Amino acid sequence: MTHLTIDRLTKQYAKSVYAVREVSLEVEKGETMVLVGPSGCGKTTTLRMTAGLEIPTSGRVLFGNKDVTDLPPEKRGVGMVFQNYALFANMTVAQNIAFGLEMRGASRDRIGSQVTTMMNMMGITELAARKPAQLSGGQQQRVAFARALAIEPEYLLLDEPLTALDAKLRDSLRVELARLLKELNITALYVTHDLTEAMALGDRIAVMNHGQIQQCDTPREIYHNPANAFVAGFIGRTNCYRGLLESSDGGGLAVNLGFATLPVACDPGGREVVVIFRPEDLRVAAPDETPHFVVHITDILFLGARVRGIGRLSGGEEIVIDLDNAVSIRSGDNVGFCIRPGKIVVRSADFNLPR
Amino acid sequence: MFEKGLTLRWYAYVWENYSHTIKFSVIIAAATVIIDILLGVPAAYALSKGRSRWSTGLEELLSVPVAIPGIAIALALIQTHNYLSGSWLFIVVGHVIFTMPLMLRAVTAALRTAKLAAMEEAAASLGAGRGTRLIRVVVPNVRDAIVAGSLMVLTMSLGEFNLTFFLYTPLTMTMPVGLYESYASLRIEIGSAYTTLFLLFTLPLMALIQYLGSEKVEGQGF
Repeated sequence: MTHLTIDRLTKQYAKSVYAVREVSLEVEKGETMVLVGPSGCGKTTTLRMTAGLEIPTSGRVLFGNKDVTDLPPEKRGVGMVFQNYALFANMTVAQNIAFGLEMRGASRDRIGSQVTTMMNMMGITELAARKPAQLSGGQQQRVAFARALAIEPEYLLLDEPLTALDAKLRDSLRVELARLLKELNITALYVTHDLTEAMALGDRIAVMNHGQIQQCDTPREIYHNPANAFVAGFIGRTNCYRGLLESSDGGGLAVNLGFATLPVACDPGGREVVVIFRPEDLRVAAPDETPHFVVHITDILFLGARVRGIGRLSGGEEIVIDLDNAVSIRSGDNVGFCIRPGKIVVRSADFNLPR
Repeated sequence: MFEKGLTLRWYAYVWENYSHTIKFSVIIAAATVIIDILLGVPAAYALSKGRSRWSTGLEELLSVPVAIPGIAIALALIQTHNYLSGSWLFIVVGHVIFTMPLMLRAVTAALRTAKLAAMEEAAASLGAGRGTRLIRVVVPNVRDAIVAGSLMVLTMSLGEFNLTFFLYTPLTMTMPVGLYESYASLRIEIGSAYTTLFLLFTLPLMALIQYLGSEKVEGQGF
């Protein structure tokens, strides 16, 4: 059942300046939908319009079947977690967590027990009497989660909740958060610019750019089957080339990239195409095998578990290759490579190549 | 002909003859502060919400009284609101006009911080309407600015002479006006004693403003 519907939501600032343009999303009950994209792509504006903090130019937001587009934030009953915690500086931790319940006119007993439950859940019981200024960033964000969840909202909206924390803390809180979102079975909309976070937390991911959704799918689909060159480029390092589709000798389809002609399985429509493959989907061609192409290696970076090679193709194009750390290739070598079968993604060339 | 030595006699004299001016000054200053808070804080809140050219223009307009000479404000008040003349409220009105920009400046600056905007949004998401947000979240978090603004207003009101000189009556005389009177009558000894008493009121206020200001700077570490 669709629990949260965003229907052709648009936020326009000036005549042709769109922060968000015709964004539509459907989030199922209990699902975590992650909005991810570079800064300025409209992900936060979309979230803020869902929360009622920003008024959309057009489009609708539906909670279940109820149209909430015109409701102010205080009437929507969503839990919200902000990047900079936004704790009430004048209140203690316990008072912060109790605030939403007070607004709902809950009884004193109910507030007390709920605040205790929340503090136990987030492991912050010993902080009850402290003011936000006396807490570390990680502690503050735990309080912010407790405060948002105390009202037992049906929807949880999270705006880059882990971004302000240092890397180590971010990793551990991310694991905790993923578990929490599953356990509570809450419908969540989660905004981040961090891909790892999006992959780890999202049941589905909506990749946004220029105010529009480029692709909305499971993390696996988005990684292995990017809808266009932008998504491919955003979801990690890729190799991406323009080519022309032609029929190959064997009767199938092939793409002529200039430096190589690669057999492909699907026809994206149109003769001009973009071919995408990831650095880890390349392997060194065996001695008795015809390589797809030969790379002149210019740099070798040892990354621990893997070795990253950067090289040039015969046409001068750059290519990135991730290899097993046991491979002994040096810069200056000319090496033949094959792309692993099934790992070549072909898309219509209507989309811009990533930088 | 001249007596020599130390005496507290003139202090007693000032206290006997001018204590009503001290009383009036305190009443007027207190009333000014209260009105400035009650009108200024909601006004500053409304101004800080507005992002239009209109609201910035209004804010600029509200700080104009600082630049207008007190005499001009006083004469304008007498011309337009003469029915108030003779009442101590007339002086309060003048002081409010004169000091309001200080209160607004202090409070709008504190209200415009991104942190406070985020706190308000969080409060809204938790179900707090605008009024509740103002009372429970906004005001407590700009309390320091309100206190600082109030102390400034209090000091300005206690020391205000230009405006008050045109609005007072013998029954509603304030300290600076009384001070002027004592100097104008060429009683230097009385004027000196009066000035000392005056400073006893205003110097601690100045010290308090300084203290609160420095404490705030230290507190910004987190």
